[in-house]
Amino acid sequence: MKYQVDENGYYGSFGGAFIPEMLYPNVEELREHYLSIVREESFQTEFQNLLHDFVGRPTPLYLGKRLSERYGAKIYLKREDLCHTGAHKINNTIGQILVAQRLGKKKIIAETGAGQHGVATATVCALMGMECIVYMGEHDMARQRPNVERMRILGTKVVPALSGSKTLKDATNEAMRHWINHPTDTHYIIGSVVGPHPYPDMVARFQSVISEEIKQQLITEIGNPSPDYVIACVGGGSNAAGAFYHFLNDEHVKLVGVEAAGKGVDSGQSAATTALGKAGVLHGSKTLLMQTTDGQVVEPYSISAGLDYPGIGPLHAHLFETGRVTFLSATDDEAMEAGIELSRTEGIIPAIETAHALAVLSKIEFDKDDVVVINLSGRGDKDLDTYIKWGKY
Amino acid sequence: MNRIEELFSRKKNNILSVFYTAGFPTLSDTIPIATELEKSGADVIEIGIPFSDPIADGPVIQESNNVALANGMNVSLLLKQVKGMRQTVKLPIVLMGYLNPIIQFGVEKFCAEASAAGVDGVILPDMPMIEYERTYQQLFLRYHLLNTFLVSPTTSEERIRKIDAATKGFIYAVSSSSTTGAKGDFTLEQEAYFKRLQQLNLANPFLIGFGVSNKTTFATACRYANGAIVGSAFISHLRQQQGRNIKSFIDSIKLV
Repeated sequence: MKYQVDENGYYGSFGGAFIPEMLYPNVEELREHYLSIVREESFQTEFQNLLHDFVGRPTPLYLGKRLSERYGAKIYLKREDLCHTGAHKINNTIGQILVAQRLGKKKIIAETGAGQHGVATATVCALMGMECIVYMGEHDMARQRPNVERMRILGTKVVPALSGSKTLKDATNEAMRHWINHPTDTHYIIGSVVGPHPYPDMVARFQSVISEEIKQQLITEIGNPSPDYVIACVGGGSNAAGAFYHFLNDEHVKLVGVEAAGKGVDSGQSAATTALGKAGVLHGSKTLLMQTTDGQVVEPYSISAGLDYPGIGPLHAHLFETGRVTFLSATDDEAMEAGIELSRTEGIIPAIETAHALAVLSKIEFDKDDVVVINLSGRGDKDLDTYIKWGKY
Repeated sequence: MNRIEELFSRKKNNILSVFYTAGFPTLSDTIPIATELEKSGADVIEIGIPFSDPIADGPVIQESNNVALANGMNVSLLLKQVKGMRQTVKLPIVLMGYLNPIIQFGVEKFCAEASAAGVDGVILPDMPMIEYERTYQQLFLRYHLLNTFLVSPTTSEERIRKIDAATKGFIYAVSSSSTTGAKGDFTLEQEAYFKRLQQLNLANPFLIGFGVSNKTTFATACRYANGAIVGSAFISHLRQQQGRNIKSFIDSIKLV
């Protein structure tokens, strides 16, 4: 249990619930009830059925033969890109909307960066017939136009976040402000393992289906539930939390988180939080945070709109501090090249977020018998414009 | 006795606390605004430490934070300015802000230097009571900084009692479930909430803030509370008047 949240909402020295009093009743209500709701049999039945029939789980664990040959290891791809809506994000939104219903909430709000979590939230709101508002940075709305329109088609109101740098951090601020102003009938579906306790734990639990399936699938594939490596990209860290979850206490499984180095870790245009961040408080939790010496939050940069968050979830900050997870980073160019490589070796165009995880294959010395699982968190359809602009293919 | 306790022991009604953002509209305005507020008859000076991500604030205070940060305001400079204003200003001075800039400055260093500069209290909206008790209370007490907690219309009576017990100084009653900024006159529902607070007979005095923007809202708040806090309306005034004509603003709020 040493990597799980404690009764105060902390992972080691990170976590907690640093929220204004106006949010206290909402967050406290959630904290009091989330575990008992999630453990209800009727919840589990509905959750599992939706994951199976609506999301399309279990997602395949696919042995990438040509990729394996190239890197001299057995490389498996956990195909979260095949989830309905194109990424792992929907695992969490299904779970949270079922919690929201059981708390008697009538309306849903969410923040989104690249738009994947926004689309996943809009989708479950359409499914359940609930009113939905998604906050999205004005700048992100311009660069992720198709996802904005997907949300609108699904009946969601997309509200531009006009404050600050007009990206994910500001969309999160606006969603929290909305929640302050609508304290009784609204549930806030946070999209990553960030925010005040119990969000990081709740989101990690809903995403943990990824590692649960990996274990079962590896038993069939190799007769052993434990791989040598699990590799996942980290923005806030929800897909990594899900992919690592059931391996955390299996200490001989090497866990690798990959952050976005942008134009280089020391270029001043990066989102490599573990390399550049210090402990601080943002969006309700104490975690590693990219900030100035004055404690002002720095706007991160990455070619991928899903990784440019200035913090990481408190669980990941703890996993970094304890050394349980090795954090590496990949630059824009390395990620784009890895994305093209996967497209041409395995016939899968990955999301650019996911391409960061693939980019570290060349940075790790594998033994030829090593079993490596890469969490293929999302597909690249939404990123075609970025691939086209990058152009080197 | 700290200046906040001294004020509340002497004055029970119509207390006017005025909030503004340090380093706004210009970096050098922090001291003259404090001096003018004292001359104009304010009772408490509440100075905001600007932060990049003020989630409890509406657009007016957000904008003043952005301007102040662009002007170069930070905790260290603000504490120097407080020290400077203490050459003349005798009113209680309360710093209000978010936790992160204080954590980066160093919490103990902040307490020591703020206290030495003449700060009487702090309001940190994103520091909940449990974190205060666990981590910060000892330091604040050691340096005689009074911590003010917020209560809102959705805070339960049980929790208000706990907050009252953990408070020394005053309680900040947020007038509605909202971020900062004017919303017109108070509703009957809000008045019912003020009345409920009044009837709790709390050990500490309380001031009503958020949405107090003119003489009418100030007077309504003062019917139930020991006084009220004006923030966004004053920031708007400072922006329109380039930091001047503070007396006319105070006169437009204060009850005579």
